[in-house]
Amino acid sequence: MPEIKVTPLGAGQDVGRSCILVSIAGKNVMLDCGMHMGYNDDRRFPDFSYITQNGRLTDFLDCVIISHFHLDHCGALPYFSEMVGYDGPIYMTHPTKAICPILLEDYRKITVDKKGETNFFTSQMIKDCMKKVVAVHLHQTVQVDEELEIKAYYAGHVLGAAMFQIKVGCESVVYTGDYNMTPDRHLGAAWIDKCRPDLLISESTYATTIRDSKRCRERDFLKKVHETVERGGKVLIPVFALGRAQELCILLETFWERMNLKAPIYFSTGLTEKANHYYKLFITWTNQKIRKTFVQRNMFEFKHIKAFDRAFADNPGPMVVFATPGMLHAGQSLQIFRKWAGNEKNMVIMPGYCVQGTVGHKILSGQRKLEMEGRQILEVKMQVEYMSFSAHADAKGIMQLIRQAEPRNVLLVHGEAKKMEFLKQKIEQEFHVSCFMPANGETTTILTNPCIPVDISLGLLKRETAIGPLPDAKKPKLMHGTLLMKDNSFRLVSPEQALKELGLAEHQLRFTCRVHIQDPRKEHETVLRVYNHLKGILKDYSVQHLPDGSITVESILIQATAHSEDQGTKVLLVSWTYQDEELGSYLTSLLKKGLPQS
Amino acid sequence: MAAHLKKRVYEEFTKVVQQQHEDLSTKKLRLTKPSKSAALHVDLCKATSPADALQYLLQFARKPVEVESVEGVVRILLEHYYKENDASVRLKIASLLGLLSKTAGFSPDCIMDDAINTLQNEKSHQVLAQLLDTLLVIGTKLPESPSVRMRLVEVACKHLTDSSHGVRNKCLQLIGCLGPVEKGVAKEAESQAAKDVQKIIGDHFNDQDPRVRTAAIKAMLQLHERGLKLQQAIYGQACKLLADDYEQVRSAAVQLIWVLSQLYPESIVPIPSSNEEIRLVDDAFGKICHMVSDGSWVVRVQAAKLLGSMQQVSSHFLEQTLDKKLMSDLRRKRTAHERAKELYSSGEFSSGRKWGDDAPKEEIDTGAVNLIESGACGAFVHGLEDEMYEVRIAAVEALCMLAQSSPSFAEKCLDFLVDMFNDEIEEVRLQSIHTMRKISNNITLREDQLDTVLAVLEDSSRDIREALHELLCCTNVSTKEGIHLALVELLKNLTKYPTDRESIWKCLKFLGSRHPTLVLPLVPELLSTHPFFDTPEPDMDDPAYIAVLVLIFNAAKSCPTMPALFSDHTFRHYAYLRDSLSHLVPPLRLPGRKLVSSAVSPTMTPHEDPSQQFLHQSLERVYNFQHLDPRGIQELLEFTIRDLQRLGELQSELAGMADFTATYLQCQLLLIKALQEKLWNVAAPLYLKQNALASAAAKQILEETYKMEFMYSGVESRQVVIIHHMRLQAKALQLIVTARTTRGVEPLFGMCEKFLQEVDSFQRCFISELPHMQGSFVDKLLDLMPRLVTSKPSEVVKILQTTLRQSTFLHLPLPEQLHRATANIIEPTGESDNPLRFTSGLVVALDVDATLEHVQDPQGTVKVQVLYPDGQAQLIHPKPADFRNPGPGRHRLITQVYLSHTAWTEPCQIEVRLLLAYNSNRSKASTRIPKSTWSESLEALPPSENGIEGTIPFSKPVKVYIMPKPARR
Repeated sequence: MPEIKVTPLGAGQDVGRSCILVSIAGKNVMLDCGMHMGYNDDRRFPDFSYITQNGRLTDFLDCVIISHFHLDHCGALPYFSEMVGYDGPIYMTHPTKAICPILLEDYRKITVDKKGETNFFTSQMIKDCMKKVVAVHLHQTVQVDEELEIKAYYAGHVLGAAMFQIKVGCESVVYTGDYNMTPDRHLGAAWIDKCRPDLLISESTYATTIRDSKRCRERDFLKKVHETVERGGKVLIPVFALGRAQELCILLETFWERMNLKAPIYFSTGLTEKANHYYKLFITWTNQKIRKTFVQRNMFEFKHIKAFDRAFADNPGPMVVFATPGMLHAGQSLQIFRKWAGNEKNMVIMPGYCVQGTVGHKILSGQRKLEMEGRQILEVKMQVEYMSFSAHADAKGIMQLIRQAEPRNVLLVHGEAKKMEFLKQKIEQEFHVSCFMPANGETTTILTNPCIPVDISLGLLKRETAIGPLPDAKKPKLMHGTLLMKDNSFRLVSPEQALKELGLAEHQLRFTCRVHIQDPRKEHETVLRVYNHLKGILKDYSVQHLPDGSITVESILIQATAHSEDQGTKVLLVSWTYQDEELGSYLTSLLKKGLPQS
Repeated sequence: MAAHLKKRVYEEFTKVVQQQHEDLSTKKLRLTKPSKSAALHVDLCKATSPADALQYLLQFARKPVEVESVEGVVRILLEHYYKENDASVRLKIASLLGLLSKTAGFSPDCIMDDAINTLQNEKSHQVLAQLLDTLLVIGTKLPESPSVRMRLVEVACKHLTDSSHGVRNKCLQLIGCLGPVEKGVAKEAESQAAKDVQKIIGDHFNDQDPRVRTAAIKAMLQLHERGLKLQQAIYGQACKLLADDYEQVRSAAVQLIWVLSQLYPESIVPIPSSNEEIRLVDDAFGKICHMVSDGSWVVRVQAAKLLGSMQQVSSHFLEQTLDKKLMSDLRRKRTAHERAKELYSSGEFSSGRKWGDDAPKEEIDTGAVNLIESGACGAFVHGLEDEMYEVRIAAVEALCMLAQSSPSFAEKCLDFLVDMFNDEIEEVRLQSIHTMRKISNNITLREDQLDTVLAVLEDSSRDIREALHELLCCTNVSTKEGIHLALVELLKNLTKYPTDRESIWKCLKFLGSRHPTLVLPLVPELLSTHPFFDTPEPDMDDPAYIAVLVLIFNAAKSCPTMPALFSDHTFRHYAYLRDSLSHLVPPLRLPGRKLVSSAVSPTMTPHEDPSQQFLHQSLERVYNFQHLDPRGIQELLEFTIRDLQRLGELQSELAGMADFTATYLQCQLLLIKALQEKLWNVAAPLYLKQNALASAAAKQILEETYKMEFMYSGVESRQVVIIHHMRLQAKALQLIVTARTTRGVEPLFGMCEKFLQEVDSFQRCFISELPHMQGSFVDKLLDLMPRLVTSKPSEVVKILQTTLRQSTFLHLPLPEQLHRATANIIEPTGESDNPLRFTSGLVVALDVDATLEHVQDPQGTVKVQVLYPDGQAQLIHPKPADFRNPGPGRHRLITQVYLSHTAWTEPCQIEVRLLLAYNSNRSKASTRIPKSTWSESLEALPPSENGIEGTIPFSKPVKVYIMPKPARR
């Protein structure tokens, strides 16, 4: 039996360091190549030595596919391609290709310049790596080689995020990457057609959560910002540069526009500006509203949001500032936070999760006095709010995607083992498909039952379908023909043609059978009786009485002779060719029952 | 229409045709009308190649064919059809057959046999499909012959086994459109072919081609539309089709399931994989809910729309649609809505959300959680969150319809609707505000919900704000804080957008009159009165202060203790506002003051209303004047008209009625006056002056009758008859006057004929009303009709004159509701002293903002007129999108008018006013009489009657100061 093998090198019962190896019909594909945010040692990258101990990766992998630009999905790419060595094609969507190097460069800067690590990939390596990237469009089928083809579907989540279908012959795998089934202010919802893959590899970050409607959260967020600004306070929103930041920008921008507000909104500069530029470019990847209105105005050309300057923080009056990084652990957001923390009119809104130990986590857990470096004590009087804006599919969303794609098997990655267990059980229960959740390094083997395409000539097909009732797509249909397996291809041809092609002479196979009948009459009378009997029963067939005393039913010949020993017993000789087997055997059984008494 | 379109299409495709040839043929057409078929025959015989023949046919298709020659043409076409080898030509001929059989007045049963015969030998699938299409046309043209239909259906059934999807498609379509609907017919025809149409169509639900599957479902729906009761058995099949791979199939299947759920709501269906059973409508509801999260947005829209009309669904299922069963890490979580409710009930309002505030509480039994098969679960939550705004709008509409029928559901969906106020697309926001208004009788807003609603008041879109004001007008608020909040937000809105003044005042009027007890405790604070100290008197011109007063006075109307809290200046301000803004400030029973209109007490029903009684009495008096002398009649009419006009001013509810009758009496008065002129006794040419008076009267009566007919909404056919009758009298008067003043009989001939035609058409249009018009002008006239037709114009005039004098005054019955169309231009105000300067030759845009009341179809009828000082008038048709419809019977016109003129030496005023255009074709009379007579009368109507168009000014003109400057060189 053919099989599909899946081995997660990262993201197996875990979040971060997404990297999944798939072998399908002899092709090896690597899905994503991410880093782990929690580690600073070798564990941060996937263990590529699993693929091959010695020898080049290029020989073992047919292609690499990157689903989106988040570092836990593409962070190890330069290391993998330049330092470990991989020269094959890397596939990603256009926006991912554009934004990915910016993030990689930023990541490199923080690790090398700030933390002083050596033996890390360089800027040049990032550039070289990006040269190997092949960009794909949505719904474009890309032929990696003659047999392997891939196709991207829209996944929501972040700009340019895609789900990929990998297909070899009739076997296919869909890898979702991270996706979002509910639209947000700047992106649409993930969508896939009924492609019925053999295996669906899905993320499962929110395997055990069913989320509330997004609108309440948005409304709360806007209301809080609005109230603070009206009071004359300042709002600080620490964000990561890409993804949610753009959503919040759009949200505030449209709100400002609608409500005719005048307070300034600033966005701390840096890589955001570059990224915003790409958001402007890739309008087709955004949601309906932005796509429809961009003729009048590109929503990412912000009217109310301006670049931030350090000096603005001391300006009087209300303002809203987006600043990086998102967890308030360093950089501009922390500086602004220290300036504004003392005033109870101000507010800080944390739009995402904060790692333990960061200032963000401390203030969220209610700490009001913070010890800063240099033994300073910072008293936090400003309001602290938490708003979760996350763009992963929840349990219902995952189920919905499975329903849309109708896979034969499901494999869960990118989530916690305990939560996966629940979802796995649910999937098996409700869709009756088997579900897997391998750990890192564990290989799952899935047996497939691929269909084998066979060529058939149109003439033969038409001839065969003309027999019997109309063909029905849902039911298999029996056809007669000769299967020719030649030069790695299968063809169904008519027997005559097969003989001709193979240069064989035709042999006839004939069955003969003797049936004894007790009949004292003369031979020709017996024949006549048999003839009448058959004529009476086989109304749809042409039954003929030939002058030489034999009977033909279609092409079956029946002759009667008297038994050499017993004149009262007549011997009926029934002879038919192999093709008429069905009718022939029916006739003999009919005759064996004897003739009716007349 | 379709035929016409087709012709158009062909025209566009065939531009290569030689011009010369066509000219010739058009000439020929006119000369030799009946030989059209022959011409075609010659053409077709001449054709050397299929392409040539095709060209001829295309040319032929452009020209209309007379009814008489259709059959001949069809024969020729058929003859050619049998000879033709090329499929494309046969296809064209087949389509032409269909086109021809559509010709009005042609009965296609004579060509049916031939058409069916052609089917037998046809090999090309495309031509077959086209022929079936033709048969469909023929079948629909012959609705009264079931045998023909049976035959056609049989033919279609025969071709159902064709291998081409196109043919099967058409067959199913044909069966759907022509299949027997009544049970009886099916049984009668049993001998021929006992065919159950439903079964035949049902068999094709599993066809291999999705297009055929769709066609099968559509055919089934078609049968349903034609009145066949579908069998419940197909429900199971339809449910399977919901999982089809193709969106058209799913979309059609959703419709089919909906239809079945309406047919058999109460029957019981089993739930698969369990022993339970539920009502079919519930099951269908669950299934359609499921489709709200379909992969294709077309299906989602379809499903969301249909959900709204499934009112029989049990409340248990209905309420599930709003519940998504949140959980987090396998523990049950409360929604933000539930938390907000809890916060509110615990007394704490608007707390900031803390980290972990939404921490999940109870553990969930993992076995009990159903992630996807829960059917109705959260369907609306999904629909309202959908990516496509079309789906969201459909969901909001469905929500509205369901909430209107179920108060408990209305209460529950409130939170979701409020959330939709923040949608990113304005259309959706607007729609949800309107929806909320529609269900507002069923709900009371909680304070936190009100807060969210009010936040939208700051929206920069005027439509949204006004919709919201409209909503607040009919909202129930539960607490006095709520009222206060609303007032504060509305005042904020007022300062931000001063143009909303009128709308906000109106909103506060209703808010006050709805919640008198809640306003009462707020009064001291709102008026900033102090028990011991006198506070400064607020500025009377401050719109915000007026807004507060409007709220308080309206509340005081039903709260007699409130005026005790007023300070002195409040009473003064009351008197002032009662006069200046009488529509916003109600009459109050104030201590020590006489009530302005004490006669009206709210407990009286309209029938006992004295003003109504007065109206009827005065009319009664007028109708009985027959025995009075002419002078007395005139005086009585004059008094009554005056009374009615005054009544209309005083009683706004009766204004329409009073004006309407006053106008009618005015017409009668004018008629009487004109008839009593001395000129009738003297030779005409000597009395030119008087005669001017009479003809002016006739003209005015005509004008007034048009006003009566087109300016009032609620006019019924009974009134229309009277109005038309009055018009007829005026026309008779005109005729008499012209006969008197002009010499010679030549011009009179035409006029008499025209008049008689009008009498004729009057009789035809209002034949049913004639018995009620005993002794009237027209009644007498019709008696004399035979004489009139034969006599000379001078005699006709004489007869007319006497009948006109002898005829009785018709009693005008009043309809239940009658409203006069009014318009009020809000912008421009006409008060500005600063001229609008612009360079001559260029244009300037003038913003016009007007409210229209009781105007039917304003998009078609309302025009803006601009009058320049030099007498030049300009008529502007506003775009349909410029009209908004804030409430029933009310419209708002917000448009821009472009002005331009040559240079002036100094600024001058132009006049802007609104006109109501009318067209006697669209007369209410003709739309009201039954269809059959209508079509007859339309054909027979004389052309003169067809095209009377005119305009009625119905707003006060507003003056705008403008100054076109000469262009600088």
